[in-house]
Amino acid sequence: MTWETVIGLETHVELATKTKIFCSCTTAFGGAPNTHCCPVCTGMPGTLPVVNEKVVEFAAKAGLALNCTVNRSCKFDRKNYFYPDLPKAYQVSQLYLPIAVNGTVPIKTESGVEKDIRIHELHMEEDAGKLVHDPWIDQTKADYNRCGVPLIEIVTEPDFRTAEEVVAYLEKLKSTLEYLGVSDCKMQEGSLRCDVNLSVRPAGSEEFGTRTEMKNLNSFKAIARAIEYEAKRQVELIEEGKRVVQETRRWDENKDATFSMRSKENAQDYRYFPEPDIPPLELSEEYLEKLRAEQPEMAAEKMARYQAEYGLPVYDTEMISTSKAMADFFEEAVAQGAPAKEVANWIMGQVMRQLSAKGLEAKEMPLTPKTLCRLIALVGEGKLNRNTAVKVFDAVFDSDGDVDAYVKEHGLEQVSDAGLVTEAVEKVLAANPQSVADFKGGKEKAFGFLVGQTMKELKGKADPKVVNETLRAKLKE
Amino acid sequence: MELLELSALQLGEAIKKGEVSIPEATGAALKAIEAQNGANNAFITVTAEAAMARAEELQKRVKDASSPLYGVPMAYKDNICTKGVKTTCASKILGDFQPPYNATLVEKLTAAGAVSLGKLNMDEFAMGSTSETSFYGATKNPRALDRAPGGSSGGAAAAVAAKECWYAIGSDTGGSIRQPASYCGVTGMKPTYGTVSRYGLIAYASSLDQMGPLCGDAADCAAVLDAIQGKDFRDGTSLSGDYDSLLQNLTGDISGLKVGVPVDCFGDGLNGEVRTAVLAVADVLKDRGAEVVEFQFPVMQYVVPAYYIIASAEASSNLSRFDGVKYGWRAEGYEDLADLYNKTRTEGFGAEVKRRILLGTFVLSTGYYDAYYKKALQVKAVIKRAFDDAFNHCDVMLTPVAPTTAPKLGDSLSDPLQMYLSDIYTVSLNLAGLPGISVPCGADKQGLPIGAQLIGPALGEQVVLNAAHAFQLDTDYHKKGAK
Amino acid sequence: MEITEKMVDYVSALSRLKLPEEEKTRMTAELQTIVTYMDVLETLDTDGVEPMSHVFPVKNVLRADEVQPSFPREELLKNAPGGDEEAFLVPKAVD
Repeated sequence: MTWETVIGLETHVELATKTKIFCSCTTAFGGAPNTHCCPVCTGMPGTLPVVNEKVVEFAAKAGLALNCTVNRSCKFDRKNYFYPDLPKAYQVSQLYLPIAVNGTVPIKTESGVEKDIRIHELHMEEDAGKLVHDPWIDQTKADYNRCGVPLIEIVTEPDFRTAEEVVAYLEKLKSTLEYLGVSDCKMQEGSLRCDVNLSVRPAGSEEFGTRTEMKNLNSFKAIARAIEYEAKRQVELIEEGKRVVQETRRWDENKDATFSMRSKENAQDYRYFPEPDIPPLELSEEYLEKLRAEQPEMAAEKMARYQAEYGLPVYDTEMISTSKAMADFFEEAVAQGAPAKEVANWIMGQVMRQLSAKGLEAKEMPLTPKTLCRLIALVGEGKLNRNTAVKVFDAVFDSDGDVDAYVKEHGLEQVSDAGLVTEAVEKVLAANPQSVADFKGGKEKAFGFLVGQTMKELKGKADPKVVNETLRAKLKE
Repeated sequence: MELLELSALQLGEAIKKGEVSIPEATGAALKAIEAQNGANNAFITVTAEAAMARAEELQKRVKDASSPLYGVPMAYKDNICTKGVKTTCASKILGDFQPPYNATLVEKLTAAGAVSLGKLNMDEFAMGSTSETSFYGATKNPRALDRAPGGSSGGAAAAVAAKECWYAIGSDTGGSIRQPASYCGVTGMKPTYGTVSRYGLIAYASSLDQMGPLCGDAADCAAVLDAIQGKDFRDGTSLSGDYDSLLQNLTGDISGLKVGVPVDCFGDGLNGEVRTAVLAVADVLKDRGAEVVEFQFPVMQYVVPAYYIIASAEASSNLSRFDGVKYGWRAEGYEDLADLYNKTRTEGFGAEVKRRILLGTFVLSTGYYDAYYKKALQVKAVIKRAFDDAFNHCDVMLTPVAPTTAPKLGDSLSDPLQMYLSDIYTVSLNLAGLPGISVPCGADKQGLPIGAQLIGPALGEQVVLNAAHAFQLDTDYHKKGAK
Repeated sequence: MEITEKMVDYVSALSRLKLPEEEKTRMTAELQTIVTYMDVLETLDTDGVEPMSHVFPVKNVLRADEVQPSFPREELLKNAPGGDEEAFLVPKAVD
């Protein structure tokens, strides 16, 4: 039998506000335990929440960009449960009237599947604290720095069928939120994390199978592997005649497997009710209109513009606009006078190679557009040959070093002086009479050797075109 | 001069004129507390040293005083956060909790020159109608020590009645200022929801809680409200009262005022002596030019159930943070995290609090939310509309505060439902967010005080205070303070 | 609505309360009396009435996204019955 995997996602995204959702403490990552806290976010008795206007703005902008209906009025609700990372013993979230509903995210996978993923809802909520077990004292330490950091949770319909689709969606989501400037989506800092709901059913069936939930996956790789593992596990269970249990499972990165998280509470009854401490929000049509007007140019629009304005191929524009940081890099380099196609080639080649080798995201790139522009200019002026330019690029990438200084210090400037080249050619010809004879006897391969020798003589700094021409001329003499 | 007989405003005036010094007044109050607290147990914490130091300091700047309450000694109910001063909610579970911050109201009164004498006893977490559920022992009614002072702000009412302070701040979620004021023969007011910031009031039921004054008379209440009301950026539900000085506009002129008497509030279950005394208030107001109108108010049977569902639901959530982790008391001998939670909360909360947590958890739980909690919110809307209709007929409403005078100590706790039912006249104001004042209007045959409630529309503080003031200009029930 | 001991067990577990048998029996009876009384609300027709969680039409109370200094840590931790100089402490809650 063939099986179909059905997946829905709940993605938590940390918003890039300066302060927490209900108090004025900083959201800065890191910090010594409990130093980004106040009586409000540590749940001291008598304290009250007051909503950060930026949280509402960012959530509404995200809703608009994900083609949702942004509700004109929305409310906060309390979700009640006991856990030491939640000092009030309730999380302020939105259940009954979330800020945005019914969106769509069009995706295109690497293997060419194009479809719309439906967004069920998008709501605002507060993050919880961090618990770290200290084996020395056998106690768990609660750090409330993360308490009250604003999140949006984006819930999809069960529209995914493969891990590839999930990754395409997440990449699109990440890119959209970065373009909007509402989140920096740093997965390693946990500012984008996913819960995956997954079930399997016989291909062609309309009914859903029993689903499991995998929590807090925080890399695309982990998500893809967890999905593949879990789908296989469920199919195997069913084929063995066993049942899938509806439960929450934990993905173990090291063991490459999911494990049941047996909760002591079999009853999860969160007793949601409207948060009495926060008056409802009403978003006017004018306000939403203003947010729409502020919406920046997104990836698709950039792609179209790059094609029209610079005549770049579709593939190039897609690569450049994957992330806002990369598109910004491209635009700045072009603005500084570098030819668009040159910049595009560098981005798709050396820039992406360096980023991937260093495990960096575009927004973490140390090299500035200015430095790349200088490199492109030197090549254009014939002062550096392309291979040398790549070496210089690699050398200055990490520190955004001074290209001219590096070239000068290492004596890399390209030799275009015909006299110098002729001198070297004559020296090489004299030293390699056998190769000269071979070439004259019709062995074209010997020409390559002589070019190599000449370049070596000139320490690789010569313009290969000039070397070629000079050699041919001399050999004809 | 018999200092303790003065009203808060009279004392403020005497301080300003230099007839009395602030340390002198503070010393007199502390002496009165020392003499009586053993008997009436109105205070949980007396901050004598800090009060005297504060009095000396205020005396030095007495010439700059602008508030009419400058230098007047007072006290806070023990669910109001006072920085560095133990705040217990009269519960074991809060232990020796010392808030790291002051409530907005405390900051406002401090700025107005208040001298705090300490923290007042109450029902545990403000849940109760007699101040007997306190972990620190019951407060006793100074008018008759074998009687309950009412609750939950029983300590506040008792302290003012026993003249241990010139005014006190209580909180009112379902009548907790007005009912003890009535039982102890003092004047107590619950303002419009939101006009006094709740920041720093340890929440019982967030949508209903409101702080307000307990004083000797309506004029003192007006002065205190002037000092504590106002929009607060730390409380999202706070509102601007938008009224000018309540005290300065306290004229006593009520000619043409329409006083509404809802007949449904004077039916079965109301003690005869109370009925007579409260209805007599209408006659006094009529004599001063008011017009009295009667009308139906057909929602009375729904107010108590709707109130207890909403209040318990919110309480079950608000009190979840007391778990022995961040502050307060932690049980001993726990085995793991779950055991720490269970032991701390089971041993740390009293019976009434646990009853309301369980009730509140029940009405919010899966399968019961719609039938109870959601239904209660709909009933709340119906009650609000009934008040809106009523205020089409009248400017203020007159009702009893409680069906009886102060019960004997120990009589109420055995039957929780009966205790809940005694809140029938007060809880509807909290559901509708309206202002109401309790004024002494007589005594029963045993000499126990009777209170009348005057209710105004939202933000109708001035009209309520004016009616109460007019009544007090022509009567002296508020002055008949027995010791 | 009938209140059973099983229901009391369920809401007790959700509330992190563990009542001794005797207290549970008494509490069940008391809650039964109270809930029965509350069932009077069924007699009021509220069809089409919007549930009212906030009594006044206060809306959009928001604050600017400006950082204020956080609180001194020792002030936040000083009331903790389990706590050291940097964190609140609880029995093992994570692996």
